[in-house]
Amino acid sequence: MRDYLRFLWRCFRVSFIGDWRYQAWMGLLTAVSLLGLNAYARQLVDGLSTTGMTDEVSWGLYIANFTFLVGMAAAAVMLVIPVYIYRNRDLHDLVIFGELLAVAAIVMCLAFVTVDLGRPDRFHHLLLRFNFPISMLTWDVIVLNGYLLLNLHICGYLIYCAYRRKKPGKLFYIPFVFVAIVWAISIHTVTAFLYVGLGGRPFWNSAIIAPRFLASAFAAGPAFLIVSLWALDRYTAYDVPRAAIATLRNIVTVALLINMFLLVCEVFVEFYTDSSHGVSMHYLFFGLHGYHALVPWIWTAMLLNGGALVLLVSPLTRKWGYLNAACLALIVGVWIEKGMGLIVPAFIPTPLGDIVEYAPTLNETLVCLGIWAFGLLLYTIFVRITIPVLSGRLTHDRAYDPNAPIQPQQRGDGATPLSTSEARI
Amino acid sequence: MSDVYRRSAPKAPVYRQGGIGMSRRSFLRGGVSVVGGMGAFVAALSPLRELDGDDLPSIEGFLQKHYKEMDEADMAAALERIRTEVKKRFAIDPSVRDVKARDGVEFVYALNLSRCVGCRKCVHACVAENNQSRSPEIQYIRVIEMPRGTTDIERGNHHYDRPTVPDEDHYYMPVQCHQCANPPCVKVCPIEATWQEPDGITVIDYDWCIGCRYCEAACPYWARRFNYSEPELPKEDVNPDMAYLSNRPRSKGVMEKCTYCLHRTREGGMPACLEVCPVGARKFGNVLDPESEVSWILRTKRVFVLKEDVGTIPRFFYYFDERYPRDGDGQVVGTVDPLREER
Repeated sequence: MRDYLRFLWRCFRVSFIGDWRYQAWMGLLTAVSLLGLNAYARQLVDGLSTTGMTDEVSWGLYIANFTFLVGMAAAAVMLVIPVYIYRNRDLHDLVIFGELLAVAAIVMCLAFVTVDLGRPDRFHHLLLRFNFPISMLTWDVIVLNGYLLLNLHICGYLIYCAYRRKKPGKLFYIPFVFVAIVWAISIHTVTAFLYVGLGGRPFWNSAIIAPRFLASAFAAGPAFLIVSLWALDRYTAYDVPRAAIATLRNIVTVALLINMFLLVCEVFVEFYTDSSHGVSMHYLFFGLHGYHALVPWIWTAMLLNGGALVLLVSPLTRKWGYLNAACLALIVGVWIEKGMGLIVPAFIPTPLGDIVEYAPTLNETLVCLGIWAFGLLLYTIFVRITIPVLSGRLTHDRAYDPNAPIQPQQRGDGATPLSTSEARI
Repeated sequence: MSDVYRRSAPKAPVYRQGGIGMSRRSFLRGGVSVVGGMGAFVAALSPLRELDGDDLPSIEGFLQKHYKEMDEADMAAALERIRTEVKKRFAIDPSVRDVKARDGVEFVYALNLSRCVGCRKCVHACVAENNQSRSPEIQYIRVIEMPRGTTDIERGNHHYDRPTVPDEDHYYMPVQCHQCANPPCVKVCPIEATWQEPDGITVIDYDWCIGCRYCEAACPYWARRFNYSEPELPKEDVNPDMAYLSNRPRSKGVMEKCTYCLHRTREGGMPACLEVCPVGARKFGNVLDPESEVSWILRTKRVFVLKEDVGTIPRFFYYFDERYPRDGDGQVVGTVDPLREER
């Protein structure tokens, strides 16, 4: 136990150590997090009227970000499946980064749900009267927290084993990995069911939303990993296996293709039928009765996603620069598609046919930025700790020395710098 | 694969900062950043100083049980707490009661579209009765001006503003909570803060709601309202006749909705919106009583419900007058349209 606390303390200390770029990045994230916290404090005082939400559009940027981030969390499974089911050696050492991303993303999700509550001080009511299994929101509470615990356990166990320089016991994590695979699909499916189960909102009331959620998540999540791996490769001693990036690129391409296909299916049904069922879709793409706040958003998303797809299928993205550009375009594109493009239009027009548009306020935007910065801060810290531990430069019997050579006995097959190769298959 | 993902620049230097061991300088620097960080954290939270006592939940409020779990003593304590809070906030002595549903009663509303003139008197009577926030004003009833030739509410006008009503080319359709028998809002609530009472009224425990607004998203009739800011209710406008489940003052961050004025109707009265209606377009009563006016209307009039396709089974019916009125058995009586004669 004492040893575990010492491990946590050392991890904490390591997270403060880095070159000036690291310090600047962390300083920036901390500052933005605090700005967000400040904006949230203001929201607590004045109520949700500090946001752009109204009785007409009663969910906005918070729930949009929540939905997007559930997808990012679920996307870890796109690394786990190739490694644990198809025995893909290339992605092997990167799985842990996907799982850590899932942890950070779920924390952000929970934060976004919390800031959306009118009375967060009554959170304990959730424990006292839980409308399970009728309310899909209770399902979401269970699957999100369960997924967080699963990933915390898997990552924490593997990292601690590496720190103790012992081989992870398969029984202690392999079953959890397989549970987490199913669980990852479930978190995004349940989140989609939140929306699609509402008969009063025709825009959401469509069976294609859940598969589209998964497809767009499996594009955006690995795309985010590619960008973060590039940053690791560029700015740290860690070498990312090149073959792994190629595999990730394939995953992103296929997922994005499926997402675009499902989108085309949906758009065709709504516009070709041209029934009143499709008014929200019409509002989203072309505006309605002179209101068209979301039109520039959705076409930007279409352009970004389409552009990313063209880049991804072309050989250009065999170079880092183009691949990063495609991934960033795709992340922003999917974020718009799932946020401003999926949550907000369902409220416009209202069920009674009134049109009230939504635009986020500055305070609301600051809260969102704060949560994003906090999530990125967490993810950076996780990665910062993981790399020296898994490469044997921070273990129970030696203090962290950034210039120490990588422990030879900790290396896997000689080509990969991380230690867990044998342990994880 | 060698040319794939080639590094464009030489590898960046490995972190050159010191190890875990601590020099005096790094200790000082660490201390300064810890103090600075704490200061920034406190500064970020500084707006919370503006929270006044009313915003913070009292111990009793925090520990209060769910409505359905309260016994008589718990309810008495809760009502006493509400009374004290209202007295403090509005300087009036209210009568706060817990009015229970009566056996053998199922309330139903019927609205005569042939009669409604779109004057919106019901909208304002409702606000006066139910202690809604006046700024921004929360209204439970929305009257829609409908063009002839359609029942598609998406073609209606919510914001009509005429010197006189009714307009010859339009008819008027007031919409409020339909007190559905299969309410989607109740289904989605994660904490059972809203439920359907035995007499069919869907209520909210304002002290239980966490303000997630899922019910507002689920309602196909746009019948629920959220307190986005602290409700502003002038002292002189407070209605002192209050019930736990209906019109007692709400706090910011919770949902509210029409309760068919249950503090009146459960004691034999009529909803405020009905009483004020100048043309008698609104009818209300117990559908389980075959002698009631609403039962007679449902039996004999051309009745329909809004959005029947969403499966909510509303307890709010719209109807048109027939050319020839019928008696209680549904038999046509007379051959003259009485309304036409009045005109």
